[in-house]
Amino acid sequence: MAKITYREALNQAMCLEMERDESVFLMGEEVAQYNGAYKVSQGMLDKFGPTRVIDTPITELGFAGLGVGAAMAGLRPIIEFMTWNFAILAADQIVNAAAKMKYMTGGQYSCPMVFRGAGGAAARVSSQHSQAFENWYANIPGLKVVMPSNPADAKGLLAAAIRDNDTVIFIENEINYGDIGEVPEGEYIIPLGKAEIKRAGKDITLIAHSRMTGYALMAAEELAKMGIDAEVVDPRTIRPLDEATILASVAKTNRAVVIEEGWRFAGIGAEISARIMEKAFDDLDAPVARVTGKDVPMPYAANLERYALPSVAEIVEAARVTCNRA
Amino acid sequence: MTTKNQKKIEAGITQEGRFYSAERLHAMHDMMLFIRRFEEKAGQMYGLKKIGGFCHLCNGQEAVCVGMEEASEPTDYMMTSYRDHGHILARGSDATAVMAELLGRAGGIVGGKGGSMHMFDVTKNFAGGNGIVGEQVPIGIGFAFASQYRNDKRVSITIMGDGGVNQGAVYESFNMASLWKLPVVFVIENNQYAMGTSLSRASAETHLYKRGISFKVPGIQVDGMDVLEVERKMAEAIEHARSGQGPIIVEMMTYRYRGHSMSDPATYRTRDEVDEWRTGRDPIARLQLQMVNAGLATEEDFKQKDKDIKKEVVAVVKAAEAQPEPDLSVMWDDVLTDDIPNAYPYPRQVG
Repeated sequence: MAKITYREALNQAMCLEMERDESVFLMGEEVAQYNGAYKVSQGMLDKFGPTRVIDTPITELGFAGLGVGAAMAGLRPIIEFMTWNFAILAADQIVNAAAKMKYMTGGQYSCPMVFRGAGGAAARVSSQHSQAFENWYANIPGLKVVMPSNPADAKGLLAAAIRDNDTVIFIENEINYGDIGEVPEGEYIIPLGKAEIKRAGKDITLIAHSRMTGYALMAAEELAKMGIDAEVVDPRTIRPLDEATILASVAKTNRAVVIEEGWRFAGIGAEISARIMEKAFDDLDAPVARVTGKDVPMPYAANLERYALPSVAEIVEAARVTCNRA
Repeated sequence: MTTKNQKKIEAGITQEGRFYSAERLHAMHDMMLFIRRFEEKAGQMYGLKKIGGFCHLCNGQEAVCVGMEEASEPTDYMMTSYRDHGHILARGSDATAVMAELLGRAGGIVGGKGGSMHMFDVTKNFAGGNGIVGEQVPIGIGFAFASQYRNDKRVSITIMGDGGVNQGAVYESFNMASLWKLPVVFVIENNQYAMGTSLSRASAETHLYKRGISFKVPGIQVDGMDVLEVERKMAEAIEHARSGQGPIIVEMMTYRYRGHSMSDPATYRTRDEVDEWRTGRDPIARLQLQMVNAGLATEEDFKQKDKDIKKEVVAVVKAAEAQPEPDLSVMWDDVLTDDIPNAYPYPRQVG
């Protein structure tokens, strides 16, 4: 296995899938000549040419809809949003068209496509450029929502998303783009809908996705020093959710903390904790705790931004309280 | 001099140098009349509460539906907004399936999942039936993109109304289509009213065929009440797109006789205005007159046709009404193509 970055892993997945299937193309702002705003598509224009790697005007609604039409016509578009903040402009095409097309047409048309780009908090870019929207999309029947937390998952999940015959919302994390990790070479697929236990433990389950998985792993190390053996579960696919892996972990540990960067109200943590309550109530020795982003638009100042996001210390504290270790 | 060897001149009408055979004219007429009677029946069925929700009829706009279809190839893509019954019927989809969809029956064209606003027929390359104003326009250039990507010379006929043309998505689409010379014909059905808002109250530039100027998209204006003109101008526009010259806008001047939807009494228009279009410019009466003048039919023929078509529509309703409602089990079908077993939401299960 080679050690490569998260962005290189994404690039490998796209290149391998484009070599394998001529109907796959990449479209978005700055993806071609500029090699990607975050360099995820580095070298792809040279490799595949301008008919398959296409720079668009700044026109999110338009090119998202173009992707929907192209998918309905049988192509397999990868539509890159520079960040998911800008995808709000394209929400009509994602929610009203792509998500419903299969159902609304009685199965006649489908939208096998990937909408991908950076989500979550970036660094020091304030309110409009630091937001987590996975709960918005996960709420909608017809969409799959996938969020890799490390380079290997980024490669395997993106390849699976491109091959999937439904519309996949693939949310990367800007802070993770430079992360380095071991990634299998050549074709590598991680099936959608499968969580992974990133660290085994017996005392408490920490459920975290995307960048927060790394935080949960760091918190687990801190907790180990206190004699608490934490298990870290990364759902990887937010929807459909691998509920079974989460419930099995809780059945073992009897305690859980759900961690997410997004806001608390109707967030992913709300859904996961409700599922644990509904289906594993008797397994629980303590209420499920949530660690989330603070309920404010993201501020700019470094100290305020740090305070707005979940921290390792907050995760440790929530786990400690949940384990009754005052 | 060579009369003896000349083929017998085929009966028909020549307009602006384009010949329409009697057979073709009859087919165009019959389809327009069928759409008219179908829509009238749909209105009645709505009044009887057998059709639910929103129901947007196209009475008065039949020449646009039929003329466009005549000018296009079956392999060309077509998509429109929610005023879609006439277009899908003109494309040749099964009228019973369209009526069954309106009635929410199992044999509806999308299985009872869409209703009036969401008619689709992939076998006819008819991609909706889109309920959000202007939504189909970026989708339409997506089909054109696929055509260019595969170089299969199919044209995307992307239809919107005079209301839809004010959506931002339309201009994003004009720009990309022009930039990349996508094979798309943007058809604007200008029926003068976006729901209750007249064109002049909503549009700074009311000549909608000029709306592409900033994007270098040429535009033409067409009498949308004249099916032959619609056919001729659409044929030119489609050829423009197919030949690689990029997009073109065709503004169809037309009028809807009914309100925006069945719940709209259309009090924002004067009776005189409606009558002026209805009696003065009706596309069906106009073609009938042309055909009678050319000796291709008599008024009696048309009266008989009308009787026959009304019977046909009654039969369609009867067949559609005889169908059962969809089985409850289909509710779970087609949310996803690739279900993921053992993951929540569980395919076909509650909880």
